[in-house]
Amino acid sequence: MAKPVLYSYWRSSCSWRVRIALNLKEIPYDIKAVSLIKGGGEQHCNEYREVNPMEQVPSLCIDGHTIIESLTIMHYLEETRPQRPLMPQDCFKRAKVREICEVISSGIQPLQNLIVLIYVGEEKKKEWAQHWIMRGFRAVEKLLSASAGKYCVGDEITLADCCLVPQVFNARRFHVDLRPFPIILRIDRELENHPAFRAAHPSSQPDCPPEVAK
Amino acid sequence: MSGDNEQKPVLYSYWRSSCSWRVRIALNLKEIPYDIKAVSLIKGGGEQHCNEYREVNPMEQVPSLCIDGHTIIESLTIMHYLEETRPQRPLMPQDCFKRAKVREICEVISSGIQPLQNLIVLIYVGEEKKKEWAQHWIMRGFRAVEKLLSASAGKYCVGDEITLADCCLVPQVFNARRFHVDLRPFPIILRIDRELENHPAFRAAHPSSQPDCPPEVAK
Repeated sequence: MAKPVLYSYWRSSCSWRVRIALNLKEIPYDIKAVSLIKGGGEQHCNEYREVNPMEQVPSLCIDGHTIIESLTIMHYLEETRPQRPLMPQDCFKRAKVREICEVISSGIQPLQNLIVLIYVGEEKKKEWAQHWIMRGFRAVEKLLSASAGKYCVGDEITLADCCLVPQVFNARRFHVDLRPFPIILRIDRELENHPAFRAAHPSSQPDCPPEVAK
Repeated sequence: MSGDNEQKPVLYSYWRSSCSWRVRIALNLKEIPYDIKAVSLIKGGGEQHCNEYREVNPMEQVPSLCIDGHTIIESLTIMHYLEETRPQRPLMPQDCFKRAKVREICEVISSGIQPLQNLIVLIYVGEEKKKEWAQHWIMRGFRAVEKLLSASAGKYCVGDEITLADCCLVPQVFNARRFHVDLRPFPIILRIDRELENHPAFRAAHPSSQPDCPPEVAK
């Protein structure tokens, strides 16, 4: 059986979410790197458009299918590979996990991803990105104040943690002041050295530029 | 608290909010009676920003659903909660791959299109540029949705049963029309939208049927 293949970019936070989930669930996979930069972005080439019509990463080829959208991929992994679950059993706690995932994946990241920043323009992109990240993190911090234990929801790692850590990295890239978000910072710090998260980190990726890799 | 579970769910909703509309459709399809608390996104700079509502929804958005003694935010989260707690009239297929196809369409709309054309972003973009901005992101997203539908659609978005994908699609088509997006390049989207236009659950959820729809707009 062929290993799943993940189309990924080293610094893409959405790809990173899926890499974390695959690692946590101990699902071996191969990476096909898609450079979002080279030649105007390999994600826009005809061949990749056949894989992902949104021309984004990640995409996952698994079980003879191709699946796009990071939350969709992660839910598919949860439903088909129930070992090392990343979702609680309780329906309300599952909702708490999804709330955090959705606030990040629809409320923050789409507003600061590459294609939008290009459209916003070089002059305004930093302020734009900071604005939407701070707005979203204020909400995430509030949600976490009710849901968090050791991790985002209770004391087990969930899909919410898979979404949070890459978004914190992005926040730092855009020099967002994270001091108003102590719970976010605590959880990020807690997970920093977790093997599954370290292995998924941009600096550990095969397409990470050598000058950046630790 | 013991009486809460017998009370009807309460949906914080704005008549024209596409995200609220998705949830209204799902509640109707699953035959879950609910009450609406209207939140005007316009009055006084937007009631969603007031202190009281911020306690309900820290993203200061609609919809929010109070159900089973809890408050849940984010439309896809709400819809998944309804699916998991009220399995009658399922809006998700059983097959895991088909479920993924439903979620792909939901996510492309809910993270790839709508956040880029919702009110708070358009205010930030500014009056001059907002129409072109909204059209750009809707068209980009609909190109992808049309491609996904070409593989997944039967009578509806995924096969021949109504799913959460249809709940997301119809409100987004309405938004596309509001921004004068040319929909002719998207024949499958148009066909499905037309198919569902007169479905009772979709009609009852339509902005024009909402208690807070301005009288001059209601059909």
